[in-house]
Formats: sequence, C-alpha cells, structure tokens
Amino acid sequence: MQDELIAIKGHKDGLLISLSPTENWQSVADQLASRIDDRADFFAGAAITVELGARPVPKYELSSLKALLERRGLSLSLVLSDSATTRESALALDLKTDANIRTKATEKQETLPVDPEETGTRGVLLRRTLRSGRTVHSEGHVVVFGDVNPGAQVIAAGDIIVWGKLRGTAHAGADGDESAIVCALDMSPSQLRIAGYIATSPADKRKHVEPETALIRDNQIVVAARRKSGKG
Amino acid sequence: MGGKVVTITSGKGGVGKTTATANLGISLANLGKKVVVIDADIGLRNLDVIMGLENRIVYDLVDLVEGRAKLRQAMIKHKKFEQLYLIPAAQTRDKMAVSPKDMVELADKLREEHDYVIIDSPAGIERGFRNALEPADEVLIVTNPEVSAVRDADRIIGLIEAAEKGPGRLIINRLKTEMVNKGEMLSADDVFDILSLEIIGIIPEDEFVLSASNSGVPVTLNEGSRAGMAFTNVARRITGEDVPFMNLDENPGFFKRLMRFLDGR
Repeated sequence: MQDELIAIKGHKDGLLISLSPTENWQSVADQLASRIDDRADFFAGAAITVELGARPVPKYELSSLKALLERRGLSLSLVLSDSATTRESALALDLKTDANIRTKATEKQETLPVDPEETGTRGVLLRRTLRSGRTVHSEGHVVVFGDVNPGAQVIAAGDIIVWGKLRGTAHAGADGDESAIVCALDMSPSQLRIAGYIATSPADKRKHVEPETALIRDNQIVVAARRKSGKG
Repeated sequence: MGGKVVTITSGKGGVGKTTATANLGISLANLGKKVVVIDADIGLRNLDVIMGLENRIVYDLVDLVEGRAKLRQAMIKHKKFEQLYLIPAAQTRDKMAVSPKDMVELADKLREEHDYVIIDSPAGIERGFRNALEPADEVLIVTNPEVSAVRDADRIIGLIEAAEKGPGRLIINRLKTEMVNKGEMLSADDVFDILSLEIIGIIPEDEFVLSASNSGVPVTLNEGSRAGMAFTNVARRITGEDVPFMNLDENPGFFKRLMRFLDGR
C-alpha cells in the first residue's frame, strides 16, 4: 500500500486528508477512493478537509474529487492549498479555502485562536536583535529577546513578545486571530498590526517608557501599560 | 598572521567611507605603521583622488587580480609617507571582475609585510560589499547622524553579523553639535541607541574636509582641523590605544565650562 500518497488524520471539525502534491492526480484519487471504500464505517458522514499543498488543481479535477467524496456520503468542507490555481477552482465550486478564512477574519466563528496552553503550539524564540531588513515569520508565537529595529518585521499567527525595544513592524494574529497580542518593553513600532487592524505609533516622543501590551478592543488596536497589581 | 585587515563600509553611499579610509590610512602611517589602502569600489574609483595619487596610477586592482601586474607594480607609494601604499580600483570594469576569494588571497599576501590593510568598500550590499567584507578581520561601519543612513547601517550590521565578521565598530561622521543641541539632528547617543554597537569615533562636521578632499591632502594632515584630529583618534583606537573622546561643543560658554569643571570632566 502506497501510504505516502495519502495521509488521514482526525481534525477538530472532522477528518483532514492530505494528498501528495507531486504524485499523479489520478492515482492519488483512485487510492483515496479505495481507502474510503475499505473503511466506509470509519469515514461515514464525516466533514472532510482536504490539504493539497502546492499542487495546482484545475476546476474539473477538484470537482471530480468533490463528487468522489459525495458519492460516498462525505462532504468536502474545506480546501487547504498553497496554490492560487487551486484556490480559484475552489472558489468557482463554492468551496471554502484557507484563503477565505483569512479574508473573512472578522467573522469570529471562522477563526481558530491559537491556544497558548495547547501542546504542540509552535513558537520561536530569537535571542538577538532583529536589524533592518530582517523578517521573521511564524505560524505560532514569536518571542524576541532583543530589539526589533526600524525596518525589521515580525509576523506571527499568534502573539508577539519583544523583550526589548519594538521599533519595526509587528503583525500578530496574522492568520486572523483577533485575540492575539503584542507586548514590548518599549512599544514604539513603526507599524503595528493585529489580525486585520493596523495602527501606527504617535509621533511625539514619550518621556516615560514602560512595558506595554497592544490588543484589539472595540474594533481597534489599543495599547495599555501593564498594571502592577493583579487587578483588572 | 601578520597585519590586520580593516574594512570600511556603510551601506548607504555618500556618508564618508572613502574620506574615512584615506584619513585612517594616513593617520596610521603617521603613527609609524606600514599601511596599504585598497579601493574596492571598482568602476567608481575615488580613493586615489582624495589621497592625491590619481596621476600616478598605472596598474589597478583588476590588473593585479587578472595577473597583468605584479603586486609591487599595482601598489602606489604615497607622496609623503614611505610606508603608505594605495591599490587603486579599476575605472573601466565592474564589481564582478573581482571575487571575494581574490580579495582574501590579496589580503593574505599584503598582511605578511604590512601592519594594516584598509579596504574601502563600495556602497550597497551586493558583490562589491562582499568582496570588501570577505577578507576583513575587523569592520568599521561609517554612518551619518540621520535616519536613512542609520537604517542602512543597521542593515549592513545584520549582514556583517550573518557573515560572522561582527560585531564591528561604528564611526559617526559629520556630526553637527549645534544642530544636535537644538534637537534637529540625531545625537551620538541616539545612533548608539538604535545600532547598539561600540562607537570608535565621532567625527564633527568640518569644512576643511571638502577642501582637503579636493586638493588631495586628507584633512588629518591639517593640525587645525577638528575632523582631522577625530580621525587621528580613531586610528589610535584601531591600534588598541585608549583615547578619550574629544569634546565636540564648538564654543562652550563659561558657565558650561565651569559646570564641566565642577563635574570633574
């Protein structure tokens, strides 16, 4: 059995099926069909998320995949893809893709907040100053033990914590998580983004620098000093 | 391993790399060191002009690398200092004519007989910069107290660190004390705050520098010039001497001087 063509995993909303992005489409589809038929009771009624990776899937192929699943009583609920072609196909078939999760970020029920307690949550710790021109991307949280200089960029799906001066650009909740926060010892970013919101630092120099936290409240980014007591 | 290779770079153009190279070369020679300065800005050579050696060029860096000239033939002796030589850049070629490996080989040959090899890097972060960086034992980053120059310096420092040539030391060039005092120019502290790099020299704005560059007699030979003095101090710091930073206030008033005296400074 060619296991590497297909991987099937449990998923919070049903089943996640990852299809090899390089193998011949027909053999991948055939194998998927036989895997489902082998264990029909396991699959019965599940909502399916398909992960297609970088493979560009034209509309007719995606449509046949959808039909293949529907014939077996399964619904194709979400298409995950890195390819613009595939996303267009999904859009044409009125299927949800990860792209429209990103654009519909404001609809609360569609975003999956990154749970900091969750095991396996990814994060990056950088023990250095990020200088101009440096960009850091992470699908989890980012902690910078150092400064983020003007011209440097930190983009994280989760939270961003800067143990130092934040003067570059920070984008927390980059996949649409509006509960993401940004903290810094000296919060003066050239631009601050959380999910779909953007803010810039006030132009005037502050005399008193203290650790601050930025978060979304009432549909805008607010920056607040950390309170000393546990209250509030 | 013999002499030390010092590369002077900046990222942004026009901040005073070539002026710094010429002045540090001359200051080090003046301190009795054997020095070679190399102009790595192939295609846009300037260092020869600032050092007043333009009319003596026969062979250049590319001739040397491509084997048309022997090392001795491409080294131009300075008019005043017997122990100071220049290897000029080629005017007609571009940066691709020389590779980082060529520069390492050349620097290794030169450090056998000289105390310091100073390389003037071109602006930018491409091949020319890589050529100048590769053989470096120490990197000096020149910047001006202005936001764009500091931003580029920051970028270049990141690249220097990535190439494991870091951390480097900083020369802040063309500082105008009166503008800093009025809050119109970044101060040395502001620059340090962003770059967090050791400062090896602060060079005040000085009109002597321009006339000196035009006449080919670098400002460090002018004893009345404050910029010249500052460059000499940098050269002494390069040799490992501990030189206090000079006071850059143009005309400190009596009161200020008194305060400073009382402060014990």
